[in-house]
Amino acid sequence: MRLTLKVWRQAGPADRGGFRTYQAHDVSEHMSFLEMLDVVNEDLLATAEEPIAFDHDCREGICGTCALMINGMPHGPKHATTTCQLHMRSFHDGDTITIEPWRARAFPVLRDLVVDRSSFDRIISAGGFVTAPTGSAQDANAILVPKDQSDLAMDAAACIGCGACVAACPNGSAMLFTAAKVVHLALLPQGQPERSRRVLAMVHQMDAEAFGGCTLFGECEAACPKEITIENIMRMNRDLMRATLRDRGDREAEALA
Amino acid sequence: MKRLFALWATTVGKKVAMAVTGIVMILFLVSHMISNVLIFKNPAHLDSYAAWLRSLGPALWIARVGLLGAVVVHIVAAYQLTMRARRARPIAYDRHEKQVTTYAARTMRWGGVLLLVFIVFHLLHFTTGTLHPDFHPGEAGRNVIEGMQVTPVAIFYLVSMLALGLHFSHGIWASFGTLGFHNPAYNQWRRLLAWGVAILVAGGFATIPAAAILGYLK
Repeated sequence: MRLTLKVWRQAGPADRGGFRTYQAHDVSEHMSFLEMLDVVNEDLLATAEEPIAFDHDCREGICGTCALMINGMPHGPKHATTTCQLHMRSFHDGDTITIEPWRARAFPVLRDLVVDRSSFDRIISAGGFVTAPTGSAQDANAILVPKDQSDLAMDAAACIGCGACVAACPNGSAMLFTAAKVVHLALLPQGQPERSRRVLAMVHQMDAEAFGGCTLFGECEAACPKEITIENIMRMNRDLMRATLRDRGDREAEALA
Repeated sequence: MKRLFALWATTVGKKVAMAVTGIVMILFLVSHMISNVLIFKNPAHLDSYAAWLRSLGPALWIARVGLLGAVVVHIVAAYQLTMRARRARPIAYDRHEKQVTTYAARTMRWGGVLLLVFIVFHLLHFTTGTLHPDFHPGEAGRNVIEGMQVTPVAIFYLVSMLALGLHFSHGIWASFGTLGFHNPAYNQWRRLLAWGVAILVAGGFATIPAAAILGYLK
């Protein structure tokens, strides 16, 4: 396959950046998207130009590091697939592919296609810890979890924190990410002691990071490589309302404000 | 009260406020629509309905202040969240392919602005009579029929009702989610309910300008 790549190049956080066009020859349909970029970078090494910087780590679709806006879709056109698991057979010979970084104020571009997602880390840190015994392992099934609850919790816990939800959202909202992280603990017995405190702290941190608000467009759900559903957002909303209006909302919210 | 302000301080809380005030306005509009279509039975019915509303005295003013409060809260929250969303993505994508965003969801903000313009016009048209060509206080049925004979005005009413229907179809569906209802057994009915209420209310209102344009309302 021969492809034309329109790639965002930006030397550093302060650089204005712009698109550059590259020709990719001899692209095999069996290559992953990142392997295709590797080959393009090999060619660039032979010239005076810097290789294209992009984030990647496991290349198995489980770490959440790769993050490319491909043809206007986070992680490209394939449903429930990370960029590293996207293969060139999803494209056609002669295609022009636009590759951009995630765009959000809370995800500043560091270089080319690499963005700083530490705002996500700060939301996770705000959530704090769960009270769990850290000594010897307790008996299996000592804490009973209903099957349907554990399924829902595991579905939410599948979030790999890649940021595709923010990238896809017309509001630049991090609600799907935050909801997945809040809900997977809120559904389990181990998450109950800090349930109210956690949802308050994480939503406040999310708001402090300059993400937008949620209008339930549903773009996040469509873009999520791990198929996290917007029902998690609805669960988190309920938890936040309960935490603020009924539980220890006053004290916690005041402490945070 | 302190707890409500704590909720309002979050982006989620502002959406909750929009959902609750939206439901208040929807309930008002349902009753408004039902009373409006009485005009097809006999314009005098509208007059007696208007007279009954005025006879409520203080209760009418409580309702008016409550509705105005709902409108103000709804708009303030929408404005703050819109500005926040704009700030959240300072550099736009060269290419952004929306996958599932509906036309209704995409037009919530500008549709809302259109509805605000419509509400102001509508109050000046039929409540104060300022923009009415021949306003007779107390004769609601006659005022509506006369006011709707001006075709551009009737068309503006129709377009506004289209915007209202779209606004409802996303707003009603989304308010369930914002308020935390997510039972999988009912989720499929939420869209249906949203569109059902949207078509019923906006369509009910639209029958009056439509009838005027087609010459059935004279």
